[in-house]
Amino acid sequence: MILAWILLLPLLGTLVPLLAANWRRSACALATAIPPAIALMLLLYHGSAVFAGETLRYTLGWIPLLGLDISIRLDGLAFLFSLLILGIGLLIILYARYYLSEQDSMPRFYAYLMLFMTAMMGIVLSNNVLQLWMFWELTSISSFLLISFWWHKSEARRGARMALAITGAGGLCLLAALLLLGQITGSYDLDVILASGAVIREHGWYPLVLVLFLLGCFTKSAQFPFHFWLPNAMAAPTPVSAYLHSATMVKAGIFLLARFYPAMAGTDLWFLLVSITGLTTLLVGAYLALFKHDLKGLLAYSTISHLGLITLLFGMGTDLAAVAGVFHIINHATFKASLFMAAGIIDHESGSRDMRKLNGLWHFMPITATLAMVAAAAMAGVPLLNGFLSKEMFFAETLHQHLLGSLSWIIPVLATIAAIFSVAYSMRFIHDVFFNGKPKGLTKTPHEPPRYMRMPVEVLVVLCILVGVAPGYVIGDLLQAASFSVLGGTVPEYSLAIWHGFNLPLLMSVVALAAGSLIYINRKHLFDFQNTLPGVDALTAFEQLMAALAKRCQQFYNWLDNGSLQRYMVFVLLAIIVLAGAPLLELDTLFGGRPELPVDAVNATGAAMLLISAFATVVFHRQRVVALLMISVVGLMVSIAFTRFSAPDLALTQLSVEVVTIILLMLALFFLPHKTPKQSSPTRVLRDIGLASMVGVVIGSISYAIMTRPFNTISDYFLANAKTGGGGTNVVNVILVDFRGFDTMGEIAVLGIAALGIFKLLTRIPVFKPSSDGEGRPWARERHPLLLATVAQSILPMALMVSVFIFFRGHNLPGGGFIAGLITAVAIILLYISQGVDWVKARMNIEYQRVVAIGLLIALLTGLASLLFNRPFLTSWFDYFKLPLFGEIELASAIAFDLGVYITVVGATLLILASLGKMTTSHRPTHQEPT
Amino acid sequence: METLFACCIGFLTACGVFLMLRGRTFPVVVGLTMLSYAVNLFIFASGRLNLRGAVVLGTSDNYADPLPQALVLTAIVIGFAMTAFLVILAIRARADLGSDHVDGKLPGQKHAKREPRQ
Repeated sequence: MILAWILLLPLLGTLVPLLAANWRRSACALATAIPPAIALMLLLYHGSAVFAGETLRYTLGWIPLLGLDISIRLDGLAFLFSLLILGIGLLIILYARYYLSEQDSMPRFYAYLMLFMTAMMGIVLSNNVLQLWMFWELTSISSFLLISFWWHKSEARRGARMALAITGAGGLCLLAALLLLGQITGSYDLDVILASGAVIREHGWYPLVLVLFLLGCFTKSAQFPFHFWLPNAMAAPTPVSAYLHSATMVKAGIFLLARFYPAMAGTDLWFLLVSITGLTTLLVGAYLALFKHDLKGLLAYSTISHLGLITLLFGMGTDLAAVAGVFHIINHATFKASLFMAAGIIDHESGSRDMRKLNGLWHFMPITATLAMVAAAAMAGVPLLNGFLSKEMFFAETLHQHLLGSLSWIIPVLATIAAIFSVAYSMRFIHDVFFNGKPKGLTKTPHEPPRYMRMPVEVLVVLCILVGVAPGYVIGDLLQAASFSVLGGTVPEYSLAIWHGFNLPLLMSVVALAAGSLIYINRKHLFDFQNTLPGVDALTAFEQLMAALAKRCQQFYNWLDNGSLQRYMVFVLLAIIVLAGAPLLELDTLFGGRPELPVDAVNATGAAMLLISAFATVVFHRQRVVALLMISVVGLMVSIAFTRFSAPDLALTQLSVEVVTIILLMLALFFLPHKTPKQSSPTRVLRDIGLASMVGVVIGSISYAIMTRPFNTISDYFLANAKTGGGGTNVVNVILVDFRGFDTMGEIAVLGIAALGIFKLLTRIPVFKPSSDGEGRPWARERHPLLLATVAQSILPMALMVSVFIFFRGHNLPGGGFIAGLITAVAIILLYISQGVDWVKARMNIEYQRVVAIGLLIALLTGLASLLFNRPFLTSWFDYFKLPLFGEIELASAIAFDLGVYITVVGATLLILASLGKMTTSHRPTHQEPT
Repeated sequence: METLFACCIGFLTACGVFLMLRGRTFPVVVGLTMLSYAVNLFIFASGRLNLRGAVVLGTSDNYADPLPQALVLTAIVIGFAMTAFLVILAIRARADLGSDHVDGKLPGQKHAKREPRQ
């Protein structure tokens, strides 16, 4: 659990600066620093166990069925990175306190920073690769927020967008790779994946997985050709550059290379991709860094170059190279973070980062200058500093590899060339800024920064020197533990001594220092040459590319989504044909072996009428009233089919719904044109006939295939328990109100929602009142025929009685709440039709919205009542009583539930029809001339 | 019998789909109604056809499958609610947009005619 707190504390820390927003600046910074400081202490508390070679784990089950756990794993490598993230993070918090001006929102900055810290800690501590990926994406997002912190600057916004696009795209590749890894190994657990290196490398997907994985790593770690986002991310405040873009986030890709080293490395493909990319990045970064006039630009390209160096080390595939890679991660983080912070101090105190203006700052800020010079010397690889040690190891490893066969000598030569440029740009950083004459055109006189702004730099520079002088004591254990987990158990012998005698790596260092100085002294010629090259503005090029891509996507989208629902319908139907038709192709025969029932004359006649009326509906669909009559015949035939095939409940329901539907559609025709204009072209009609026939054939075939196959139904349970468990003999009704009562509850809720939606749609509808029918004939003058009115009025009590009867017998015989509700509704609608809305309203002023609500409440309360008896929701109860006169009667809670259903159905149906009917009758312009 | 039944389902589906592909709202509503008949018959048929089956306990030994019947019963009622909602939507769309075309405008017309709402 303590392990979990290491991750949780920074997360909680995101809230601290927001809560402390109104405090004084120093107090806010201090409060923000507390959670990571505690996390750092907790981490160090685990140090001894980790150094002893243990891997600490903590798992919290989340969705075990899917293999998803929240799980944490702390080993040497994770420990090293956590140390860097928390340690440098604390220094950055202190530094940012002085760096940010009064106008900047410090709480917002700290909150983003802590969010980023959480994300990084999540990456290094995750033991589940999907969890790791989630944190990986979180770093991209928090980095976007931090780069665009000064959102009023256009370059900050553009730089942030670019960084997000590149690292986000890489993140998607990484997700694909991790999912494939999960498929190969059968687990998303990091432990399992790391242990199945052999399986992964043998697998046919390995090349694909590797390429996707490396795309994720390389985009994050700014490897060539994805390096260009990093210089543009320098628009961020300098603490961000120091933290994200030198010490931590860009190392996340490297971390992943190291983390998955046991699982993925060791093949020719790995070597080829990783080392060539690393080598190219190393050279390109080192060369371009020399020509940057912006201090941070120089450091950015130098960072790219050093990241390339580390990548190259991991790509070489030897154990010693991996150790050197881990070592350089530590060293680069310390000297590069301090250099960035020094650059930030210079910018802050002199108002410029342009090396053409900054000169001779030694006189103004001697202490900062000394610190920066030491750090830059470490970057150049000067002896007695930490950069020298790892660079020596790097040189030694380039000499010991034989990966390019007889051309292997090229790698050490290229490494030396890169080192030469590294020396040259480091010298430029020192000489150009702190010496080389006097400052030109600065807006303010440079001076030393506040005491505590310099402190983080001092800490890191002291570390550079300590590691450089006594590496074994300072860093030995940490390096050993981290290498142990990278290499999966076997760490080769290596020596951290400063002096290895006169050997080839030392010579390479000497050559680099000498030639680098020489190049720097003669830099004018090189600059002249560089100026003749055509310049490429990566940001503009990238944005043009993105704009072109977005335009293409827009075109495609406009083509696909042109706003025509008719067209979408076609796509959906095609998908149905493919998805439903494909399994039919795999079926050997459609006929499943179950003997067919014989066809009798009644059924054949019914089917014929059904087919003819359906066909007639289609043929006459442009004459809407005729089509309506035809479809009512179809509905009638369907309800007859239900009677024939032993479903009396369905037949009753279908019949009453049929009546309501036809009334509804008749009413609707009052507001809609009575004829459909001929619009479809013959080709369109032919296409639609084809499409419709295909869907019909597929659905009909599936239905036939189902019907002729023997089956095993779960209904036997319902048949066996309907009487004993539900107290009713009508199994369909018992299923509705008892076994599946919860479903019915949902269904009447939907009914009520639909009715309320209709009520809402019809309020304040723009008035549209046709004064004649489609043929131009005025409406009949006699609105309520006397005969109909008389019959309707006398039928009403009878119909109500029938519905009560149907309702009560429903539990044991065909009937029930749904059917009774529909019958009641039909009877009342008949009254509306025969007498008009006003007449009914005068006698029965009911708001049907309330009726719906009451019905739903009754059903709900019946369900809740069972909770009083400590039973689950909607448990039903029944018993038999003897009453004088009536004899034995049954009382069941299901009856109350069915009552709720009944009331809801009545309310919803009447709400729908009365709302619509009200609009037709009250102000109908009967006496106007036809228009 | 099963062949005939399947043919009816297929034909109803085809007719419903054809009407749903029309451009005006009313035929689409009619098509949808037709399609819901087909769907109900389809679900009902998944309990197999049974000519003289019983659903009430104690009336016969040959029981029809009650589960698809219960499903279809609610489906019929919900189908009505859906049809009603759709048809009211069509009326509202015609009132607001001035056209009863499903796309809210006639093919080739740039923008739907929008009348200012009070």
